[in-house]
Order: sequence, then C-alpha cells, then structure tokens
Amino acid sequence: MLTKRQAKTFFIGGTVVFAAIFLGLTIDTLSNGLPRNTHPEKIDDQVKLGRYLWDKHNCMGCHTIMGEGAYYAPELTRVYSRKGPAYIRTVLTAPEGWQPRGRNMVKYDFTDEEVEALIAFFKWMDEAYLNGFPPKPWLQPSE
Amino acid sequence: MKYKSQKVAYYFFAFSMILLLLQVTYGFIMAFAHMGYDGLHEWIPFNAATATHKNLLVVWIISGFMGAAYFIIPDEADTELWSESLAKLQFWSWAIVGLIAVAGFHFGWFEGRKFLEIPRPLDYLVALNVVLFLVIILMTLLKGKRQTTTAWVLTMGLVFAALLYLPGMVYFENLAVDSFFRWWVVHLWVEGVWELIMGGILAYLLIRLTGVDREVIEKWLYVIVGLTFLSGILGTGHHYYYTGGPKYWLLIGGIFSAMEPLAFLGMTAFAVQMYRKGNKRHPNKLALYWTLNTAILSFLGAGLLGLAHTLPQVNLYTHGTLVTAMHGHLAFWGAYGSLVFAVIAYAMPLMTGRKIYDNFIGNLAFWTANIGMLGMTAAFAAAGVAQVSLERLAGYEFMEVAKVIEPHFFVLIIAATVFTTGILLFMWNFLLYGAPSDEAIQPEGEPVFQVVT
Ligand code: HEM
Ligand code: HEM
Ligand SMILES: [Fe+2]
Repeated sequence: MLTKRQAKTFFIGGTVVFAAIFLGLTIDTLSNGLPRNTHPEKIDDQVKLGRYLWDKHNCMGCHTIMGEGAYYAPELTRVYSRKGPAYIRTVLTAPEGWQPRGRNMVKYDFTDEEVEALIAFFKWMDEAYLNGFPPKPWLQPSE
Repeated sequence: MKYKSQKVAYYFFAFSMILLLLQVTYGFIMAFAHMGYDGLHEWIPFNAATATHKNLLVVWIISGFMGAAYFIIPDEADTELWSESLAKLQFWSWAIVGLIAVAGFHFGWFEGRKFLEIPRPLDYLVALNVVLFLVIILMTLLKGKRQTTTAWVLTMGLVFAALLYLPGMVYFENLAVDSFFRWWVVHLWVEGVWELIMGGILAYLLIRLTGVDREVIEKWLYVIVGLTFLSGILGTGHHYYYTGGPKYWLLIGGIFSAMEPLAFLGMTAFAVQMYRKGNKRHPNKLALYWTLNTAILSFLGAGLLGLAHTLPQVNLYTHGTLVTAMHGHLAFWGAYGSLVFAVIAYAMPLMTGRKIYDNFIGNLAFWTANIGMLGMTAAFAAAGVAQVSLERLAGYEFMEVAKVIEPHFFVLIIAATVFTTGILLFMWNFLLYGAPSDEAIQPEGEPVFQVVT
C-alpha cells in the first residue's frame, strides 16, 4: 500500500517537474510564439494608447477580445476587418452613446486622437494570428 | 472552539456573507440587462456591474478562506493566534480596501482585466494586507505545539495564492502578454493553489466530522494535491489555445487540462469514502452536507463541465461564449462557494455555543441554494449552446443571437431567485447562531467520538 511518505514524494516531485516544464514553455512562448503571432514591432505609440484606453475603460467588461471578457457585447478581435474603420469611428463617436438594437453602450467623450488610437489598436489585433480563432461559420441549412 | 483568538474568524465570515449578497444583486442586474432591461445603465453600466460581480465573488471567497485559516490554524497548531489584535487590524484594512475597490468600480475606477479589475494602487494595499495575514498565520503555525500536514497544505495554498497575484500586477503593452500572465493568476489560482486550500480545509473538516484517522486522510490529501499540480500547471495551456500563443499549447493544454477532473474526482472519492468509513456520530449534519456537497459539485462544475469545453476542437467554438459562464458558475459555487459554507456551518456552532446542527432552515437553505444553482447552470447552458450554434456555427450576428436567447435569461432569473432564497435562508441561520462567545471555549478541544483507522 501507498505510504504517506510516498504520497508526499509524489506531490512534491510532480509539482517541481511540471512547474519546471511550464516555466520552460513560458520562456519559449514569450520569446518565440507570442512575438511571431502578435507582431510586437507594430505596437507603436498609437496602438499603445488604444491598448491603454481599452484597459482603462474596461471595454472587456461587456465585450470579448481574443475570446476573453464578458458576453454582453460582440467579439472584437476581428472587428477591424469585419466592420472597417469608418464604422468603428461612428460607434465610438455616437453623440448619445451607441445603441445597437436597444442595448446601450457607455457614452464616451473620446478625443479624435483617442478614437484613432483605438482603431489602430483594433487593426493591430486584427493582424494577430490566433490559431484559427475566431472560427469560420460553416453550418448551412441543407435544402 | 479551543482558543479564544479563533473568534476572529467570525468577522471574516460575516463580511463574506454580506459581499455574497451584494454579488448576487449585481448578478440580477446583469441578467436583466441580458434580457433587454438595462434601466440602471446610466448609473451602473454593464461593465461596472460585471467588475463588481466578479470581484465581490473573489473577495467573499478569499474572506471565507481567511476566516477558515484563522479558525483552523490555531486548532491544528494547538496554540492561540500569534496576535489577535493584528488579525483584527488585518480584517478591518481588508474590509476597507475591498469596499473602496467596489465603490470605485461605479466611478469607472477599474482596469479591463477580467477578475483582476482592482486598479493597481489598490493592488499594492491588497498585497500589503495579505502579507500581514500570512505573517500572522505562519507565526502561529511556527510557534504551535504541532505542525500537521493539513495545516501546511492549507498554509502553502495561501502563500502561493499570494505569490501568484504578483504577475497580475504588471502592465504589459502587448495585450496578449498581459492575458498570458492574467491566467497565471486566474487559472493557477482556481485550478492550482486554491485546490490546495480546498484540500486542506476538506481534510480538516473530514478529520473532525468523520473521525477517520488523520494519517489516512492526510495521505490521500497528498495524492489529490499531487494530481492537481500534475494536471493543472500544464493545463494552463487551455487558455493559450486562441490568445496568441504557439500551436503546441493545443496539444499540451488539451492533454493536461483533460486530466484535471481527476483531481476533483479524487476529492469526491476522498470525501465520500471517508464519510462511509467514518463513525457517523458527529451531530453537525449541516456541516457534513456542505462538505460532501463541495466534494460532489466541484467535480460536476469544475471537472465535468470543464471537460465539456476544454478540448481545443470544442473550445474553438465555445471560447468566450455563455458556455464559459455556465461552467464558471457551477465551478466557483461547487468548489469554493460551497466550501466556505461548509466551514461556516462547522465553525459557527463551535464559536457561539449555539448547537444549530440540523435545523429546518439550514436544510431548506442547503437544498434551495443548490437546486437554484443547478437551474442557473442549465439556463446558461441552454443560452450558451444556442449562442455557439447560431453565432459560431451558422454565422449570425452577435446581436441577432442575443435577441434569440433572451428567454433563457428569464429562466436564469427564476433559478437565480431560488438560489438567492437559499442564500438568504443560510444567512438567517447565520444570524441565529448569534455572536461568538468565550463561553463556547472547550479547553480540551472538540470531542472526537471514536477514531476510525
Ligand atoms: C443571483 C445569482 C446570479 C446571477 C443572476 C448571475 C448572473 C451572471 C451574469 C448575467 C453574468 C455575466 C455573463 C456575461 O459576461 O455576460 C455572470 C458572470 C459571472 N458570475 Fe454570476 N450570477 C449569479 C451568482 C453568481 C454566483 C453565486 C457565482 C459564484 C459562486 C457567480 C459567478 C460568476 C462568474 C465566475 C462569472 C463570470 C463568468 C464568465 O465570464 O465566464 N455568479 N453572472
Ligand atoms: C474549481 C475549479 C474551476 C473554476 C472555479 C473554474 C472557473 C472558470 C472561469 C470563471 C472561467 C472563465 C474565465 C475567464 O474567461 O476569464 C473558466 C474558463 C475555463 N475553464 Fe474553468 N474552472 C475550474 C476548473 C476547470 C477545469 C478542471 C477545467 C477542465 C477540465 C476547466 C476548463 C475551463 C476552460 C477550457 C475554460 C476556458 C473557456 C473559454 O475558452 O472561454 N476549468 N473556468
Ligand atoms: Fe483554466
């Protein structure tokens, strides 16, 4: 039968081994995988400002981006290519706040610079490769 | 209760109950908004409500853990708390920082980082507070007459939880890097070190409630927390599939996260086995129900419903939909909410001397809360599956789908009302116990009815 001592060794040994593997993979992800997929060289001052505003206003408290956030408002990872910059500008500058189908978005008083920064941020996001996310819808009704 | 300083736990438990009530209120606000009624939008927009709902959740659970530690550690270490007055100071500073954070959300003072919305200046205060908490716990443990495995597992869980909070405090200009480290907190908490806390508390409760010999229980405790880290650390990869990480996470995250339910199944088997083996003499049936409930519902909510969307082929479609919310509710409730309830149900009679062990209100609270939460899970599941089919598979617009799934939020609200009834009944019992009292001190400790080996 398993003794308490063996059980303890299993716990500590397993933890150390898998934590070490995880740290190794973390280093690889941060130095190879993530940069390849998310183009850090394209993060200029405008994108940084957009990223900051995204965080500051907790946009993720309604929307998802890269599939992370809340489920009250649309996924925005690919909003730049799906809707285009002009549409995004309209949403962000709606005088009474954007109101899609009776749902309310918070009314923001963004400056022009901030609006363009958010658009640049969405463009950067749009160009990131996320292993095929969001998926292409493929289900069609069969006649 | 053996030591008078254990009473500090009461403050944390009471605070925890108040925050839970507030959390549920914000849940209703969001459920109504999803149904199309967002009348509070001007004052509490959805992003403020959601930040409040999620953070109150985290804070009431951690308050419960802290209360549990202040109750359990003196008992296990066989000594008074290192400093009762510092523990009270820690409580009040914790409560004040928590309330400031929640108030701040309503003025737009937050960060858009799911579950970690508390702004950085407050993060430093939180960190300071937690250091104080850990010092009190560690000093108590070190000066104690004995150092049990149960106490160490619980304490190490708390220490690592604090350490893992730190990577979440750094600001990264690349959103994908930010998200990468956010999971070090969120995932490595709930599917890693919090399971240590859970295992430690369950072990303590089972030793007390079933009378099974400590050595037997603690041996299995090691096996379970071993399984947790074996699967859960690399299982973090299930959050790196579609957030900018390299492809190998699909394989590694898929395999290891699919093994995570084993740890939860271990908890279930552990608790049920010990109960069957035990002497069944302990009068506190409510504490026993909540303990077994934790072991079973955590497997359902975290284990099975986690498994349901953890494979990359499935997660590609369910990632970031209401399917996640389905799992999030039953997992948090089943594993950690119910655990806090179990500790409270066990500790309150000992702290106050009021022997509320198996009363009608307590039983009704148990059943309505759990049935309500299962109903909520079903409502989220229906909404989530419809959302995935219509939006992700058939390509309808998000807002078109949102209209179609509104009725599920009506069902959610009904089930949430049942759940909330259970919560209120539990709190009623909480008030019935009354305040802790020195008269409840038992210098010999709680009697063990018969040790089963
Ligand atoms: C009256 C009870 C409750 C109601 C009506 C409710 C409703 C909701 C709603 C509508 C959301 C937002 C989904 C979105 O992002 O659009 C949410 C999120 C969440 N709630 Fe609740 N909730 C309740 C109680 C609870 C309890 C007791 C817990 C935990 C024990 C909990 C944990 C969570 C979590 C973890 C999330 C985030 C889920 C995710 O984003 O995947 N909720 N809740
Ligand atoms: C008590 C333990 C657990 C709790 C409290 C919990 C809670 C949660 C919460 C709140 C989320 C949403 C996080 C966010 O989007 O920010 C989540 C996501 C997730 N959980 Fe868990 N979970 C637990 C265990 C598990 C287990 C054991 C598995 C796998 C078997 C699992 C699989 C997943 C997956 C795949 C996601 C990502 C969903 C998505 O892509 O949107 N969870 N969990
Ligand atoms: Fe996870």
